[in-house]
Amino acid sequence: MAQITLDGIGHAYGGDPKTEADYALKPIHHVWEAGKAYALLGPSGCGKTTLLNIISGLVIPSHGRLLFGDRDVTRLPTERRNIAQVFQFPVIYDTMTVAENLAFPLVNRGVARPRIDARVGEIAAMLDLTADLKRRARGLTADAKQKISLGRGLVRSDVSAVLFDEPLTVIDPALKWELRSKLKAVHRALDLLMIYVTHDQVEALTFADKVVVMNDGRAVQIGTPAELFERPEHTFVGYFIGSPGMNLLRGEVAGAEARVDGHVLPLGAAYPALPQGMAVTLGIRPDYATLTAGDGLPVTVTRVDDLGRKRLAHASLGGGQSVVATVPHGMGVETGPARLRLDPGKIHVYVDERRVAGRDLVGRAA
Amino acid sequence: MDSRVWDNRAWLFVVPVMAFVLFSSLIPMMTVVNYSFQDSMGQNSFFWNGPGWFQNLLDPTTAVGARFQGALLRNFAFSFTVLAIEIPLGIAVALCIPKSGWRVGAVLVAIALPLLIPYNVVGTIWQLFSRTDIGLLGVALGRSGVPFNVTQNAGSAWAVIVLMDVWHWTSMVALLCYAGLKAIPDAYYQAARIDGANRWSVFRNIELPKLRKVLVIAMLLRFMGSFMIYTEPFTVTGGGPGEDTSFLSIDLVKMALGQVDLGNAAAYSLVYNLITLTVCWMFFTYTTHADSKDVA
Repeated sequence: MAQITLDGIGHAYGGDPKTEADYALKPIHHVWEAGKAYALLGPSGCGKTTLLNIISGLVIPSHGRLLFGDRDVTRLPTERRNIAQVFQFPVIYDTMTVAENLAFPLVNRGVARPRIDARVGEIAAMLDLTADLKRRARGLTADAKQKISLGRGLVRSDVSAVLFDEPLTVIDPALKWELRSKLKAVHRALDLLMIYVTHDQVEALTFADKVVVMNDGRAVQIGTPAELFERPEHTFVGYFIGSPGMNLLRGEVAGAEARVDGHVLPLGAAYPALPQGMAVTLGIRPDYATLTAGDGLPVTVTRVDDLGRKRLAHASLGGGQSVVATVPHGMGVETGPARLRLDPGKIHVYVDERRVAGRDLVGRAA
Repeated sequence: MDSRVWDNRAWLFVVPVMAFVLFSSLIPMMTVVNYSFQDSMGQNSFFWNGPGWFQNLLDPTTAVGARFQGALLRNFAFSFTVLAIEIPLGIAVALCIPKSGWRVGAVLVAIALPLLIPYNVVGTIWQLFSRTDIGLLGVALGRSGVPFNVTQNAGSAWAVIVLMDVWHWTSMVALLCYAGLKAIPDAYYQAARIDGANRWSVFRNIELPKLRKVLVIAMLLRFMGSFMIYTEPFTVTGGGPGEDTSFLSIDLVKMALGQVDLGNAAAYSLVYNLITLTVCWMFFTYTTHADSKDVA
């Protein structure tokens, strides 16, 4: 078990990229620490599966080096890399029983029979497959088949990492929660490095210690779920994480104030580095924009969505831009004029899609 | 409240098909059935013979019974032999066909060529090929000292006929298997690499199980094809030497058209037909049964 280092790993299918856009995966430096759970999160086609396949050796990267510990494995074939991978759709060996399926990776590596049996029993117990061990794998449901695939990924105790490529896609929603927490428990029990690819933010945020958000072949932010939520470094992270995503407003910034559609907003930090009146994007999550009965920006509510657990109001700022805001519990709201409060400390300033760090104002957190 | 109208006129739509089936199958079939229970002395006069022809046919001590049994055994031996060669060979060929690139088209066309040749042309090609005076195979074998003569040596005749069937039909098995192999998702191969499976293990645990259904179809088609074979062996050997390559259809044609032994030939063809149907039914129930086991 060792950490995995991506040393400038990049990939262009067909090789020889002329421009940035030719990369399916733009060169990235990152260290995956042993024993941690990571998620690769991003929309379809953002390069996350390519990155996963590079780690497992199914794709050989066109650029950079891949290190397992200190060992350079960039050009090593999959079978010599000591890595486990679980795919999006269940892969089972039809003619074998569940137990034989789970034992297969161990049998191929010549592990002694008693150790195989012990390990298979252990993994089957973790995944609730014990009762099915003697059954033919072919006749089982898709859920059970995917559990077998997961089990085959977890059965080797000496792997450098276990990679999951959207493993819960075919699983029934109710069972998804259960399997996800099971995977989390398995991770704690086995202490393996796990990398989990998904486009589902809930899956990523609940599973992982750290999430790598990817977009367009680039890792745009790597951080804990809380960091991604509270301080998105990129506007993409802002609107991709959170449901609904972050409000992004065009405006101008001047010192510790911003101007949006004629309104002046106080900010939680000062931006002396930015020229006065520079055009920027301001980001604030709907959770920190609330309608209020007291003082606030004059807005016009155009629509209210009642989600049961909370209510969201779409509030027009008057200049063509609008904000999704939370309606506090117990507050009556109708379409029409209302007052909006934006938490100054939670407003982020973005230039060219990237967050600009401000200088803390005395007595306030950035 | 049932508001459906009781009207059976829709059956009229079925009438054309019924008429077609009547003239294409039922009437000819019933003629054969008629012959199989009657005897005739010519002049269109028939008299009832009961199950006589059938008893005759199924009793190996009679001349006709012995002929039938011989042809049946030869036919099963032939079908078994060509299946035992064509199925494994077809799988092997399919595994060697490239999966992508321009070579796929070239290879598939080359492989499909034998399938496009008419049966009697295939027979003629092999008849000429194996002649000991001008045939490439016959002359080459003769010069190298191998005792080879299709018209005199039963072993030679069988070898040529089996080789010819393998040449003609392995392509079909290969194409079916190739389609089956193409349908296996890449994830299976990737998972096998991750699991550390070797090439044999991939074939044994992924490819062969996934080809099961395609192989059952290939076996059914090749069994039927070889069990009802007529033109090709007839063109090459005419059923000889002696009776050594007289399969059921060849023997039946001799009996019906050569000897005009209509009663025996009618019983012969009905029993032949029943054997074919039975084997078809066995294959069919096996596949449907195996499928329903999958779901359970």
